[in-house]
Amino acid sequence: MDTKAIGGCAPEAAICARGISRDFEAGQTTIRVLHGIDTDIRSGEMTFVVGESGSGKTTLISIMCGILYPTEGEVKVFGTDIYSLTDTELVNFRLKNIGFIFQQYNLIPSIDVAANAAVPLIAQGVPIAEARERAKVLLDKLNIGNQANKLPRQLSGGQQQRVAIARALVHEPRLVVCDEPTAALDARSGRRVMDLLREVAVAEDRACIIVTHDNRIFDLADRIIVLEDGRITHDGKEMPDGH
Amino acid sequence: MLWIAIRMLTGDAQKFYGLLFGIGFSTLLITQQMTIFVNLVERGASGVYNAPEAEVWVMDPVSRTTDVSYAMPATALDRVRSVEGVEWAVPHLRAQANVRTKEGDLEGVAVIGVDDATLIGLPKRMAEGDKSVLFAPDSVVIDDTGTTRFFPAGVSPIGERLELNDQRAVIRGIADSIPSFTSTVVLYTRYSNALNFVPGTRNRLSFVLVGVSDGQTAEQVAARIEEKTGLKAETRAEFSQAGVNFIIENTGIPTNFGITVFLGFVVGIAIVGLTFSLFLRDNIKQFGALKAIGVTNTKIMAMVAAQAGMVGLIGYALGVMGTVAFIYGFSANPFFKGFYIPWQIPLISLAAVVIILAITGLIAIRSVLKTEPASVFR
Ligand SMILES: Nc1ncnc2c1ncn2[C@@H]1O[C@H](COP(=O)(O)OP(=O)(O)OP(=O)(O)O)[C@@H](O)[C@H]1O
Ligand SMILES: [Mg+2]
Repeated sequence: MDTKAIGGCAPEAAICARGISRDFEAGQTTIRVLHGIDTDIRSGEMTFVVGESGSGKTTLISIMCGILYPTEGEVKVFGTDIYSLTDTELVNFRLKNIGFIFQQYNLIPSIDVAANAAVPLIAQGVPIAEARERAKVLLDKLNIGNQANKLPRQLSGGQQQRVAIARALVHEPRLVVCDEPTAALDARSGRRVMDLLREVAVAEDRACIIVTHDNRIFDLADRIIVLEDGRITHDGKEMPDGH
Repeated sequence: MLWIAIRMLTGDAQKFYGLLFGIGFSTLLITQQMTIFVNLVERGASGVYNAPEAEVWVMDPVSRTTDVSYAMPATALDRVRSVEGVEWAVPHLRAQANVRTKEGDLEGVAVIGVDDATLIGLPKRMAEGDKSVLFAPDSVVIDDTGTTRFFPAGVSPIGERLELNDQRAVIRGIADSIPSFTSTVVLYTRYSNALNFVPGTRNRLSFVLVGVSDGQTAEQVAARIEEKTGLKAETRAEFSQAGVNFIIENTGIPTNFGITVFLGFVVGIAIVGLTFSLFLRDNIKQFGALKAIGVTNTKIMAMVAAQAGMVGLIGYALGVMGTVAFIYGFSANPFFKGFYIPWQIPLISLAAVVIILAITGLIAIRSVLKTEPASVFR
C-alpha cells in the first residue's frame, strides 16, 4: 500500500487521499471502479464531485468519509489514517468528525424534527433535552425552527432536507459529505437548500464535499472535481468547457 | 439511543400492536393452558384433598387411586387399628351408584361413606347445612357439582329426595369440595347408610383412613401398617401424587395440552418473527444512516434488544393478565372451582417469551448488522 502512496499530505488538508482504488466483485469478475485517485480536500471550501452516472463519485466520497474500505491506498482525515483504526474507533471517529447528508434524507419517521436533527448528539450521549435545544438553534438558522415539534412526514421535501442538514451539522463536525442532496427536490427548493447549506456548512475549519449531477448549482462550488471512469479528469474553480 | 429505539417501535403502531399481540397471545395460550392442565391433573387428587383429616390411606395392594380401588374385608379395619402409631382409623367407602332425578333422568354418582361416629371423610367445609345433618336417617350431603348438575339455578337442593339405587335419600346439606377429575356428582353419607345404598358384595371397605399418633410421622406409620397388615398404606402426599400420576398416565391430557402449549410457542415465533423482521427491514435505511453517522453495532444491538424487551414486557403482562381475567371470569363455574395459577407457570411462560424474542430478534437483527454503512448513499 505504501508504494502506492505518492506525495506527502499538506498539513492543512482536511482529507488527504493517496492512491485510492476500489474493486467490486461482479459475479466472477472484478471491476475496478476507482483507479489510483490522489487528491486533497481543503477546509473552508465547498468541493463538488461531479461526473456521469457510474463514474465512481459515491464510491470515492464513501471512501473519503470512512464508510467504505478502499482496495488500495490510504486516506487521512485531519491527519488520522482512518483505515488503520479499529472498527469501533472508526465509527467513533465518524460520529465526532463527520456530518452526513443523504439523498433520501433517511430521517426517523416516528421522532420529531428536533430529535431527528439531534441524533448525532444523542448518539454521542448528550442528554435528549439538551440535544434538542442545540438542534433547535440550528433549525432556526435553517428557517424551520417553527417545525421543530412536527414529524418528518409533515414537512415538504425541501424542509426535510433542511432537517437532514441540521442533523449533519448539529455536532459541529469538521467534515460534511453530501451525496446528491438536491436530487429529490425540484429546482427551486434545491437551489434554496444549497444556498442555505453554503451559508451554514462552509466554515474556516470545515471541509464540505458534495456529490452532484445538478448543473444548476455548479456556480455555488469553490472547486469542482470531475470524475470519469474512476479517474479525475478535471480539478478547478469552474467546470471545464464543453459541460 | 434507546429512547429513539423505543420511539421507532411505538411510532409504527401496526407492527407494534402486531408484536404485542403475538407475545400476548403466546403468553396467554401458554399460561392459560398450563394453568388448566395443572389444575385439571391435580383433580386426580381431589378425593385425597376432600378428606383432609386422613394422614395415611390404607387400601388393598392393587388399589391405585381414590377412584380406582379394590375393596378389602371388613376385618382390615381392626388390623389397622392394632398397628402401633395409629391414633385412629375409620372406614371409608367409595362406590358408583345411579340416581334417578326428579325429572326422571338417570345419572351416575359417586357415593362416599364416611365414618358413622366422627364423620371423618367429609370435606373440611360445608357450603350449606351442618355436617351433623348426616346423622338423620337416609341423609346425604351433595357436592356443589351435583347442585348445579341436578338442580336449576336458584333452586335449593336442601330437602330434595333422590332415588339412589332404588333407595330413598334426602339431601340435607351441600359440601364445599374440590370437584373430581371427571366432575362426577358426589353424595356423602354415613358408612352404614352407604352399605345400604350400594348393592352388596362381600367386601365393601374401600379404604381405611388413619390418623397418626403424636411423635410419629405418616411415613413411619404407613411403613409399619404395610409391614404388619400386608395392605398398602400411603401418606397423603404419596396418595395425592398417585392420583395425579394416574391421570397423567391414563389420559391424553398431557399430549393435548402439550400440543396446545407448543402451538402457542410456535405461533408466537411465527407472528413475532415475521413482524419483527418486517419492522427492522422497514427501518433498515434508518439503521444504515445511524451506522454511517456513527452508531456501533453494539449500540444497534442494544437498540433492538430494547425494542424486543419492551414488546416482551408489555405483551407478557397482557398475556398473564388475560389468564388471570380468564380464571377469575370463570371462577363461578364449578368446573373451574379452586383454579389457581401456580407461580412456576408465569415463570415458564416468561422463559418462553424470552426464547421467542431471542430467536426472532437474532434472526431479524442479522439484516441490520449486515447492512453496510456505505449503502446509505445508494
Ligand atoms: N456495492 C457495489 N457492488 C458492486 N458494484 C458496485 C457497488 N457500488 C458501486 N458499484 C459499481 O461501481 C460503479 C461506480 O458506482 P458509484 O455509485 O460510485 O457511481 P456514481 O458516480 O455515484 O453514480 P451515480 O451518479 O449513478 O450515483 C458503478 O458501475 C457501480 O455499478
Ligand atoms: Mg452516486
